[in-house]
Amino acid sequence: MSGRTYRALKIGAEIAVPIAILIAWQLWTVHAQDPNFPRLSTILVEFKDLWLFSDFGTHVVPSLKRILLGFGIATVLGVGLGIPLGLSRWTRAFAMPHVEYWRAMPPPALLPISIVLLHSIGDTQKVALIAFFCLFPILLNTMDGVRAIDPTLIETARSYNVPRWERIRRLVVPGALPQIAAGMRTSLSLAVIIMVVAEYFSSSSGVGYVLLISKNTFEFAPMWAAILLIGVLGYALNVLFLLAERRILAWHRGWRAASPL
Amino acid sequence: MTEALEVQPAPAAVPASAGPVRRDRVLTVLVPLVSVAAALLVWELVSRTGLISQRDLPAMSTAFHELWRLMTTRAFWVDYLETLRGWALGIVLATLLAVPIGIVLGSSDFLGSAFRVPIEFLRPIPSAALIPVLFLTLGTNVKSEVFLATFGAFWPLLVQTIYGVRDVDPVTSDTGRSFGLGRTERLYRITLPSAVPYVWTGLRIASTVALILAFTAELFMGTGGLGQRLNVADSFGLYDQVYAIALAIGFLGIGIHLALSALERRVLRWHPSQRASAQ
Repeated sequence: MSGRTYRALKIGAEIAVPIAILIAWQLWTVHAQDPNFPRLSTILVEFKDLWLFSDFGTHVVPSLKRILLGFGIATVLGVGLGIPLGLSRWTRAFAMPHVEYWRAMPPPALLPISIVLLHSIGDTQKVALIAFFCLFPILLNTMDGVRAIDPTLIETARSYNVPRWERIRRLVVPGALPQIAAGMRTSLSLAVIIMVVAEYFSSSSGVGYVLLISKNTFEFAPMWAAILLIGVLGYALNVLFLLAERRILAWHRGWRAASPL
Repeated sequence: MTEALEVQPAPAAVPASAGPVRRDRVLTVLVPLVSVAAALLVWELVSRTGLISQRDLPAMSTAFHELWRLMTTRAFWVDYLETLRGWALGIVLATLLAVPIGIVLGSSDFLGSAFRVPIEFLRPIPSAALIPVLFLTLGTNVKSEVFLATFGAFWPLLVQTIYGVRDVDPVTSDTGRSFGLGRTERLYRITLPSAVPYVWTGLRIASTVALILAFTAELFMGTGGLGQRLNVADSFGLYDQVYAIALAIGFLGIGIHLALSALERRVLRWHPSQRASAQ
């Protein structure tokens, strides 16, 4: 088989397999007639009716707002705390027990506590919960990124009397950026999970709320439409983040490709 | 962590005297202890002084006392072990499924690209969204919990295995081939050993995910375990117990994390260079 035919076959498979899976799903649901598993076509029609765009404003926008706000706060705090912790050994020794404990905690365990402490089942509680748990991947990655910067670079800057703030801005932040981005990506998918769980636990709006209501009323088509939407949301946020990362870290990849390592 | 890359001049290389080194060592132990003690003290004071009312935030001593009381009951340990069981079954099943599939998809260029799109789409889907479906199909039993934990743990393991198999040093692989090693033998002697660090990273991520999902399943579906206990305590407004259970699940999480790290040091001792590159 020539290289060209092989490549064409590969691309063909890449397109054909997902389509085959969708067709199999449709055929199976038509055949099974199981109320738990409505036809794929029914789900897609429901998806269009619900989310494009009649309930988009009432349920998708609040969920997105919570995700992005929580994620934004976590990013600011994670980078802001991660840089000093990465630079100073003793602050790190001081903070590490807490970081290790909280990052091992499953986020749903704090759902009841967050409601009691914040007296809220609305945006405050959801944003706070998302921000709290998204903090740790970003914080840990920022710390590791800062610690992995070549010490010679920092020493050189210091011996040239570059002020501390300038050193952080021009050396430490760019040096740690690839790792910060890796942490942010982990946190972004975590934010979607916590959003679903928190809205499913207690809320009056959002995609997780739709999921809960349709489960309680045994309405399977909207339930599957909500699951599909959550999937699309997780996927879309991930893709958008990768695109942004590729732009922002273009210099880094160029440098990596050029360096002999 | 990468101790060698510490951003610091290395005074330890030429110890002028034992004094500063020993002081350093003492501080390394002391500082985290002081930090934990300080946090617990702050918690106690915030609650006792009424900065946050004791109903919303029971004092640290109350919460730990409640945890101690729970720990003397048999039912608590049954729940604890049930959560642990959900986690363990999820991890084991996910490993048994993801690693072989990952090896197949990773070593075949064709299959790898055929299944790229479905994997890329399914991987970021939050597994928690499946809870209502499981609730209505498999029911509120341990099957649902294990399914959810397995589903969540499967994806990081699969992706890491695929990366690990693809990242085999081509020179080593070609050397093996030119020495006449067959396909299976190359798999056992070259591909698998060099993929192990990647699989291990996947296992660490999967372990966290599996614990989260086992706990979430218990919380929302009422499958036996710490999650269900938390839900019951919350419904009855027993906030001392809510805090005690949250502490307990935190300790379970950190316990699993420490156990895996200890195991990692043993399992991957032979491969330090690979371990550094996989992180």
